[in-house]
Amino acid sequence: MNQTGAIGHAPGVAGRAPMLELRQLFKQYPTGDRALDGVDLEVPAGQVMALIGPSGAGKSTLIRCINRLVEPTSGEVFLKGESITRLGQRALRRMRRRIGMIFQEYALVERLTVMENVLSGRLGYVGFWRSWWRRFPAEDVEKAYHLLERVGLAEYYDKRADELSGGQRQRVGIARALVQDPEMLLVDEPTASLDPKTSRQVMRLLCELCEERGLATIINIHDVMLAQMFVERIVGLRAGRIVYDGPPSELDPEVLTTIYGEEDWTTTASAEARRRDPGGPGTDEERLEGMV
Amino acid sequence: MPLITRDDRMIWRRRATGRDLAVWAGWLVGTAIFVWSWQVISENTIWFFVSDSPRVAADIGSRMVPPAWDYLPALWKPLWDTINIATLGTLLALVMAVPVAFMAARNTTPSVLFLRPLALLIIVSSRSINSLIWALLLVAIAGPGVFAGIIAIALRSIGFVAKLLYEAIEEIDPLQVEAVRATGASEGQIISYAIVPQVMPAFAGISVFRWDINIRESTVLGLVGAGGIGLELQASLNVLAWPRVTVILLAIFATVLISEWVSARIRHAVI
Repeated sequence: MNQTGAIGHAPGVAGRAPMLELRQLFKQYPTGDRALDGVDLEVPAGQVMALIGPSGAGKSTLIRCINRLVEPTSGEVFLKGESITRLGQRALRRMRRRIGMIFQEYALVERLTVMENVLSGRLGYVGFWRSWWRRFPAEDVEKAYHLLERVGLAEYYDKRADELSGGQRQRVGIARALVQDPEMLLVDEPTASLDPKTSRQVMRLLCELCEERGLATIINIHDVMLAQMFVERIVGLRAGRIVYDGPPSELDPEVLTTIYGEEDWTTTASAEARRRDPGGPGTDEERLEGMV
Repeated sequence: MPLITRDDRMIWRRRATGRDLAVWAGWLVGTAIFVWSWQVISENTIWFFVSDSPRVAADIGSRMVPPAWDYLPALWKPLWDTINIATLGTLLALVMAVPVAFMAARNTTPSVLFLRPLALLIIVSSRSINSLIWALLLVAIAGPGVFAGIIAIALRSIGFVAKLLYEAIEEIDPLQVEAVRATGASEGQIISYAIVPQVMPAFAGISVFRWDINIRESTVLGLVGAGGIGLELQASLNVLAWPRVTVILLAIFATVLISEWVSARIRHAVI
C-alpha cells in the first residue's frame, strides 16, 4: 500500500514479524513526571489489543509516543521494522498517514462538515492548495463516501459535525482514521463519552473494521468488561510499566489488583449476584460497570 | 483562619482579622488620596470660568439652532470619504493583522524566541498610539487627505485585531489540532483545517467590531487634515458657524448609529 520507506533491518523476531514494535520506550515530562518507564511491546498485524490501567498510568502517552504527537524521551518505535522515532519532520508526516488515530472526545473539527472531517484524513496525501480549496481527488471523495456508508452515516455527509450525536461523531472519527488507508490504528478511550449501548456498538464496529482490513490496533480503554468482550489480548499498564500481557480470560481479581491496586474485585465481577441483592456492597459506579 | 470555634460553635468569617484590618486600611488610604487630589484640582481651577460655563453653553446652544439644513448636501461627499477611510483602513489592517496574530499566538508561532516577541512588539506599538496621532504623523509624511486617514486607521487597528485574534487562537481546542496533525497533515494544512474553522467566528466578530469603532474614529481624523467629515467640522468650528456644526454632528450621529446596527446584525448572523 502506501509504503514510503524501505523495509529494512526488521528488528528481532523471526517468523511473524510484528506490525508494531516498541523497544525500551521512556517518556519523562518536563514537569518530572515519568509517564513511561521502559515499555517493550509487540503487536502483530490484524491483532486488536486493549491497553488498560488506572488514570495516569501512561496509556495516552504510550499511544501518542507511537505517532509522536508526544516525543518519547528515549527508546524506539518500529512500524513494519521501520523506525518512527528516527524520522525527520517530513518523513514523520508520511509515516503518520499509515497510522490512524481515534480520540476520546471524538476530536472532530466542530465547525466543518462531516465530509470535510472525513476528507481531512487524506490531508497527508494532497498538497496544501488542493486541500485549502477542498479540491480532493475523486478517488478520495469516493473512498470517504463509502466509509461513511460503511459506518452508517452516508446521508449525513453535509451536516456540520457539531450537529451530530456522540455515537455518530465517533463513527465519523472512525471513518476519518480509516480513510487514511492505515496499517494500524491507535484508539484513545473510544467509549469514555458514550452511553453503554452506543459504546458496545462502536466497539463492535471498530473490531469488525480492524478484522476486515487486518489492522494492528491498540485501544486504550477504562471499561475492562467491554475490553474483555471484544479484544483478543489485554495489556495492563501501571505507572508506566507493563504489568500484564495476556488473553482476556486470564484477567482474574489478582491481575486486576496488580494493575489497578487493592479493591474487592469479586463484587464487580458478579453483577448477577448484586442484582439479586441490591443492598449489597459496591458503589453506583461499580453497579453501572456491572450492567455493561 | 477564618473558621474558628467559640463556645462549641463554628464561626466562619470571610477574612481573618489581619486581612480585615488591611482591607480597612486600604479604604482609608484610598479616601485620603481622593480628598487630596480634589484639593489639588480645586486649587488649579479658575472657578470663575466654571461658574460661567452654563451661560456660555446656553449661548452656544442657542446659536446652534436651528440647524443649517441647506448645508447637508455638501456633507455627502465627506461622509462617503469617512466611511471609505474606515472600511479600507479596516480591510488593510485585517490583511496585516492575521499573520501577526499567528506569529503572536503561543500555539502557532514558528519561533517563540524571535518572531513572537516581534509580533507582540508590533501589537503593542500599534495599540499604544491613537489613530489621531498616527494621522498627525502621516499627514506630515504623506500630505493631507484620505490616504493618510486610511493608513492611520489601519496602523491603529492592526494591534487591536491581532491581539484579539491571537487570544482567540490560543483558546482553541487543542484536541482538534492533534487529530488533524495525526493524519499526517502539514503545518499549513493544520492551520487551514483545525485552526481556521475554530477562530472564524471570533475573526468575523472582531473585524466587524473594529470596523464599527473605525467609523467613529475616522469622523475625527479630519481635525488633523486626514480627510473625511472631520475636515468640515474643523472648518465650521473655525469660523464659528454653529448651525453647520449642528448638522455635522447630527450626520455623524446618524452614521455611527447605522454602523452600530450593521455590525450588530453581522455579528448576530455569524455567532
